[in-house]
Amino acid sequence: MRKILMVLMLATALVSAGGCASKKPKPGASQSTEVGANNGADSSGAGADAANAGNVGSDEDVAGPTGGLLAKRVIYFDFDSSDIKGEGNDVVAAHAKYLASHTSTRVRLEGNTDDRGSREYNIGLGERRAQSVRRALMLQGATEAQVTTVSYGAERPAVVGNDEAAWSKNRRVEIVYLGPGGQAAPVQPQR
Amino acid sequence: MRLNKPVAYIATALMAIGCAIPAWAQLKIEVTNGVADPVPIAIVPFAKPPADNSLDVAQVVEHDLQGSGRFRALARTQMPASPTQPNAVVMTDWKNAGEDYIVVGRIVPLDGGNLAVDFDLLNVLTGQRVAGQRFVGTPSALRNAAHRVSDVVYEKILGIRGAFATRIAYVSVEGQPPAQKFQLIVADADGENQRLVLESRYPLMSPSWSPDGQWLSYVSFENKRSAIYVQLVRSGERRQVSARAGINGAPVWSPDGKKLALTLGGSSGNPDIYVLELQTQNLARLTEDPSIDTEPCWSPDGKFIYFTSDRAGGPQIYRIGVNPGDRPKRITFTGNYNARPRLSADGNLLAMVTLDSGNYRVAVQDLSNGNVRVLSKGHLDESPSFAPNGSTIMFSEREGNRGILATVSVDGLIGLRLKSEQGEVREPAWGPFAQ
Repeated sequence: MRKILMVLMLATALVSAGGCASKKPKPGASQSTEVGANNGADSSGAGADAANAGNVGSDEDVAGPTGGLLAKRVIYFDFDSSDIKGEGNDVVAAHAKYLASHTSTRVRLEGNTDDRGSREYNIGLGERRAQSVRRALMLQGATEAQVTTVSYGAERPAVVGNDEAAWSKNRRVEIVYLGPGGQAAPVQPQR
Repeated sequence: MRLNKPVAYIATALMAIGCAIPAWAQLKIEVTNGVADPVPIAIVPFAKPPADNSLDVAQVVEHDLQGSGRFRALARTQMPASPTQPNAVVMTDWKNAGEDYIVVGRIVPLDGGNLAVDFDLLNVLTGQRVAGQRFVGTPSALRNAAHRVSDVVYEKILGIRGAFATRIAYVSVEGQPPAQKFQLIVADADGENQRLVLESRYPLMSPSWSPDGQWLSYVSFENKRSAIYVQLVRSGERRQVSARAGINGAPVWSPDGKKLALTLGGSSGNPDIYVLELQTQNLARLTEDPSIDTEPCWSPDGKFIYFTSDRAGGPQIYRIGVNPGDRPKRITFTGNYNARPRLSADGNLLAMVTLDSGNYRVAVQDLSNGNVRVLSKGHLDESPSFAPNGSTIMFSEREGNRGILATVSVDGLIGLRLKSEQGEVREPAWGPFAQ
């Protein structure tokens, strides 16, 4: 027993000693995680299934179209609902029309919830909202290949707060335009 | 747990592995409520080699025991003497000071640079030596040795295995989008000795320990979509195990360490529960329902998975056998919101988030009779996680607009708060006993 404990303690000590040596990032290494190239580095490729492969690689966020309703990128929802309401329908219709006439343009729909309840269940609710917008876009002319979804659940609030004013701004889907798909990813500047 | 498939391991530049976190981020324990009759105990400062200014072992032990809510430690200024050997303890002095037990100890340098921590636990009322033990390690392992002293004292007096020498993982968040900073942190169960495991500008979620305490699984959105990783805590080596279309969420290790239960949403966005075998990458689908099925957790025997589903309207907890073809059985019936199940190590208690008169709180359901008890008192409490000894649940709660970690004993009598000076901490995952 004592021997085991000693080994454990030594292991702990090694970790604390060895770990901090690696504190400094490698020269030139980025602390940012916004690196599409990372997909290649995680070369185990485990689980990156074929259905997904077509959507990976060039998810560079771009400004996208402007003017009128196209400048609006956020659809809001009622509590516990994934129904698109009021002006949200007009915003979705405008983006659907744009996507239908720009078939190489792609968007990512980011679903979000307010922060009440459990986190992974909220991921499910946020996805449901993103899928609701995705279906509406596709019904109005966008194609499946043009629209991907991600749910951030309650993890990326637009507004911080514990009241309905904050919550109502967080129950949303954001439309993010992406760089051209089906081609090589934009060249990253070398540093 | 072994991952011996020849896959490419990477340790990316976005990690600062195993590094101490500045003092401002430390968690401080505050007892919010305790038992009416805590055991009075005196933990006398341990003898140290001359000129040794290392860790105050007795103080760590005092902090552990006092922080458990089941002990009341005698202040040093009230101590009648400072014995460090059991035969130097004058029992009547300590009895008169109102103590039931006394701990004395010594830190002894050994050849080769190691230290021995010797301690004795004495019953002041009977005069008997209840326990005595030696822990040996490097000077940097002193804190762990102190937690092991606490474990022995706790078990000898209360008859329950101590869980002070265990670790927790949790998520820390600073700032607002788009300038958020997410950190995955591992610390001792008392919140000290923090180590940064991973840092990202995009959400990190749902840490879960492997049963051997060597690995963490978690969800990272670092590529602007969800993916599940497993990471060796000691070295930082990690491996992406699922980056399928749609949701990759809620990973939890199987009791045998060979599989992950997880949630996959697919491109059509229908979250269901799957089991992924880590070595073979074989994937088995357990649920198939248009509702949200998520937040799986294993029964300790590995035969069942409990999960959240809103197939009946609001979220409730269901159980399904891991063999394909089993049908889910509903487990919770009290109230209209029950989510995020976790089971105690003996499989008897189910902890969950429940909606309790407008407040999201931690509750436990006795699986033998279905009785539900609400344990926490906040309004946005979440992510309950059992200590490996089953006596305590750690969870996150809100203080103003930020999340802090708290614990509550399963009998609801003892509440603690682990306060961090700034930032938000959440999603605690209590690791297993050290092996």
